Amino acid sequence: MRERRARAWERFAVAPMPGQKDEAWRYSRVGDLDLGSFAPAVLAPRAEEHADLVSAARDLARSLGPCRALAVTVPGGVIAVELPGGTGEQLRVAGSRSAEDLPVGLGSIAGLSGIFGELHDAFLGEVLTISVPPGTVLDAPVVVVNIAGTPPGKDDLGRLASFPRTFVELGAGASATVVEVALDAAEGVIIETPQGRATTLRASGEGQHMRTATPGASSTSSASLVVPVTELDVGERARLSYVSVQALGRESWQIATQASRVATGGEIISYSAGLGGLYARVSTLCSLDGEGARSTLLAAYLGTGEQVHDFETVQDHRAPSSASELVFDGAVADRARSAYNGLIRIRRGAHGADAFQTNHNLVLSEGAHADSIPNLQIEENDVRCSHASTVGPVDEEQRFYLESRGVEPAEAERLVVAGFFREAARRAPLSGVGRWVEEEMAARLEAGRRVTGGG
Amino acid sequence: MSDHVLVLEGLRVSVAGTEVLRGVDLTVRSGEVHALMGPNGSGKSTLAHVLMGKGGYEVTAGAVTLDGADLLAMGTWERAAAGLFLAMQQPVEVPGVGLAQVLEATGRDTSNLAGEAQDLGLDGAIIDRSLNVDLSGGEKKRSETLQLAMLRPSIAVLDEVDTGLDVDGLRLVAGRLRRAVEEWGMGVLAITHFRRLLSVLRPDAVHVLLGGRVVESGGAELAEKLEQSGYEVYAGAAGT
Repeated sequence: MRERRARAWERFAVAPMPGQKDEAWRYSRVGDLDLGSFAPAVLAPRAEEHADLVSAARDLARSLGPCRALAVTVPGGVIAVELPGGTGEQLRVAGSRSAEDLPVGLGSIAGLSGIFGELHDAFLGEVLTISVPPGTVLDAPVVVVNIAGTPPGKDDLGRLASFPRTFVELGAGASATVVEVALDAAEGVIIETPQGRATTLRASGEGQHMRTATPGASSTSSASLVVPVTELDVGERARLSYVSVQALGRESWQIATQASRVATGGEIISYSAGLGGLYARVSTLCSLDGEGARSTLLAAYLGTGEQVHDFETVQDHRAPSSASELVFDGAVADRARSAYNGLIRIRRGAHGADAFQTNHNLVLSEGAHADSIPNLQIEENDVRCSHASTVGPVDEEQRFYLESRGVEPAEAERLVVAGFFREAARRAPLSGVGRWVEEEMAARLEAGRRVTGGG
Repeated sequence: MSDHVLVLEGLRVSVAGTEVLRGVDLTVRSGEVHALMGPNGSGKSTLAHVLMGKGGYEVTAGAVTLDGADLLAMGTWERAAAGLFLAMQQPVEVPGVGLAQVLEATGRDTSNLAGEAQDLGLDGAIIDRSLNVDLSGGEKKRSETLQLAMLRPSIAVLDEVDTGLDVDGLRLVAGRLRRAVEEWGMGVLAITHFRRLLSVLRPDAVHVLLGGRVVESGGAELAEKLEQSGYEVYAGAAGT
């Protein structure tokens, strides 16, 4: 492990920082990232020091519905693995630090490269492996809460960078749902209830009944850098639902990779919600390796204030009769920006492949901006491919329709926007997550409007 | 019976610099059913859109009043609030927004929504489903009629409310519309190509729109005549 990290560090040291001339980073904010201002967590975290975070993560998991297993990570590693759904041979959820414990396929799916890939590998602390044996069907999701940044009361550690690594493997015929939530420790909130105080990590903090757990924290000290990598290995005829909710603080940086590989007859449904971050990049890379492999890749995102959301997707068809469908829907308000750069690649031999890609962007303020760039690379005949993208304000026809029924213009716009988010949020393969994301988006949009006095 | 009146006087409308309506006069009162017929491109849908205040049309001359108030000075939602309704030819999909939600946003009582839906042969689930999403052409028209039944407008403009409907659907929709005329004295301006709708709606007047002008008005028998002879008899009547 040490050697692996050392080699990565050497490569990192000579790797160039991407710039805006680099097509893949053209719309990013990466030029403003001061890597030197963040410190990696050097020591493995001690679970007993983070009991409150674990308890909060437990509450969060519970709010999403039944939970088969819960894992909690902080910068440096895993602090808790719990199996409320019972132990047993059929499911393994564990952190590993030593080379002999690492999953065999680690790194074979994400194929990390570039400066952030090397950085991730150089500071990789602990790998969380979720292993579902062949034929096992999990009746409830495995929830992973990745807590970024410096926990309250640990300010002496500086602005922490974290490098969460999750490896999910489903054996042949297995079926499971995995939920990953990314939150900032400093954004943790306390809900005041009539029954007393309950700590929670619900990351909004904008409702009037909530207040931040660290009221004194300046925006600078609450900033974190997260470079998470998740690899999803879907075996033959296996079915994985993967849900990722990014609800980091508004000052934080995220450069995430979510890579999946689907074997013959397997299926993945992945859903990614982008809510937080000053700059949040997600690369969704899906490789359909086996005949008849299928993927449904979904995302919903909302940027307000100065946020930038940056998405890169690859639907890589490597096998015959593989099918992929991608729907990324988002909105930008205030001065927020979003970028979508998506590639459908049909390799030679992937005849009968069927690929679909769509990206819709609602632009809700004049100062906001969205870019959408679809790409096709087709090396095989006899395939079906389509892509569509839109960038624009609330549809005039929809607004007219509602107004023609007697709905006032401002309310008509509010309904259309809320409907857009509802549709995007509720595609989540877990209804609890869909509701959470929908509420979170409505609250964030409302909060942004209060601040800017718009709407 | 209520007493409302929609009056169009010398209405001229241009779209992107081309005059589409060239002086239309029409008066629709409570309890009256007027049919507006004409070939494609004669300006029927333009008329419907202009009455509801859709963007992209320029009124160059004339006036429209609803109960004496200047309709053209009102925003779309104000026209609806004043009692005008437009059943759209192609109702747009509004993802994530349900029919009940829209009615509630207008402050309407929605307690009899399920019953009204059932009367139109619509599944109760339509109430909470996204507006017009994944609906067949016929279901969209039933949904338009359902919204009309809930909003109880004083004057309804029906832009081809009969297209896309099967025989049963047409019977239910036309029947509901006729009942609206009788229940609360709704006035109707029905744009249609077909006499089947009119046989249930029983128009008091039929108008032929051609080249942006009403070239003939008559009783219900005019619709029958049009169905046999078509619009060719008016060749040259529209002028330029």
